[in-house]
Amino acid sequence: GLGLAGLGQAASAQEALTPNDYEDITQYNNYYEFGTGKGDPVKYAGSLTTTPWTVAIEGMVDKPGDYAFEDIMKAMTIEERIYRLRCVEAWSMVVPWNGFELADLLNMAGVQSGAKYVAFETAYRPEEMPGLRFPVLEWPYVEGLRLDEAMHPLTIMATGIYGKDIPNQNGAPLRLVVPWKYGYKSIKSVVRITLTDKQPPTSWNRAAPREYGFYSNVNPDVSHPRWSQADERPLGAGLFARRQPTLMFNGYEEEVAGLYEGMDLTANF
Amino acid sequence: MTELIDTLNSLARRLPVWPVYLILALPIPWFFYQGLNGGLGRDPVKGLEHLYGLWALRLLIAGLIITPLRRELGLNLLRFRRAIGVMTFIYVLAHLMVWAVLDVQTLSRVWADILKRPYITIGMAGFLCLVPLAATSNNWSLRKLGARWRKLHRLTYAAALLASLHFIWLAKGFQLEPLVYAAVILALLVYRLPHKRIRRRFLPG
Repeated sequence: GLGLAGLGQAASAQEALTPNDYEDITQYNNYYEFGTGKGDPVKYAGSLTTTPWTVAIEGMVDKPGDYAFEDIMKAMTIEERIYRLRCVEAWSMVVPWNGFELADLLNMAGVQSGAKYVAFETAYRPEEMPGLRFPVLEWPYVEGLRLDEAMHPLTIMATGIYGKDIPNQNGAPLRLVVPWKYGYKSIKSVVRITLTDKQPPTSWNRAAPREYGFYSNVNPDVSHPRWSQADERPLGAGLFARRQPTLMFNGYEEEVAGLYEGMDLTANF
Repeated sequence: MTELIDTLNSLARRLPVWPVYLILALPIPWFFYQGLNGGLGRDPVKGLEHLYGLWALRLLIAGLIITPLRRELGLNLLRFRRAIGVMTFIYVLAHLMVWAVLDVQTLSRVWADILKRPYITIGMAGFLCLVPLAATSNNWSLRKLGARWRKLHRLTYAAALLASLHFIWLAKGFQLEPLVYAAVILALLVYRLPHKRIRRRFLPG
């Protein structure tokens, strides 16, 4: 676990971050279910029905079942987390999320002792998601975390941005946010969470295992086979924005490096 | 149909060539201006890079389609092909400059990317194919090189293939748009194969 001191440092590191404006965050998105263009999600995600919404929590939990979104919200404490977001495509933003710790949700369902991983699944709605017509990826989109990553206090389920309900293009009504991993790990519009003892498949890893690993931790020293990850272009600074160095674990090294002690991060990328 | 083609042909004969250069050049500063003023979305660097590249690819296609238009429809736009070719090169150059100066920003990284990243290597090779074509796109070279000029300008085919491969390769996942461009370019190149064989068979020498 993480001591109070660790959280305090995380909080002070957050204060230094200036969030991108609301338009940057909500008009420039990767959400391939609505198209591969960065502007497609804001154009087409309006068709996604987000009420009612249930999240199936299944597998190695004491209380499996369909959890209504409102019931989850009643049980959780919403707080603001200002996090860096580093896309695997080497651009970055700072987002003021509102949400709750994933650990709280998992504890609500009661994680059984043999569970080692958490699998996530995005909604699959061909009639509402025009991008599903194209086999860009195998649908539905799936992601996964090791249990200790999922239980880490930095890992949240986001339900809002800038104090407003999270827009559809950002993964309404609730999406994962794991700030030390590349953006695609933070799966959107979650409908299923499964506790398991086996490493679950993840969409990008399945599509291109050479390029996208299970862990996908932000790491300036391990380049993507097609581009360097040493630096990033901060979004919202215009045509002449300077690149800035990418930080190990996206700047959350102090908090999360312990999760990977003794692991070869080049092999487990 | 024949009447329409005749009208277009006589129009094409009378039209001066210089406005074609101008019209094809105008989007370059226009896109840049939009990039400066928020017209290219939230990531203007990528937006500009992509637009210049896309227009280069479209002009490559425009240059390649002139021959089939003449052979199949009798539409003769040969006069404008040099302008299209020269402007293709200018767009590729603009694409390359945005990538190197605004996107990558460091000369050593530009060099490293060209050597290390296959899709960039391929894009660069495509650009290099166009350099001798741009350099010989004047009447003096045409006269001087004679028959060799035509042979040299077949490098366009290589450039088109490399450009479409570059586009497919840089996309994340299996995306439709680059495949559509590749299919069009492939069709225009395949079109040239049987014609040559047939002509060789019937018109010896």
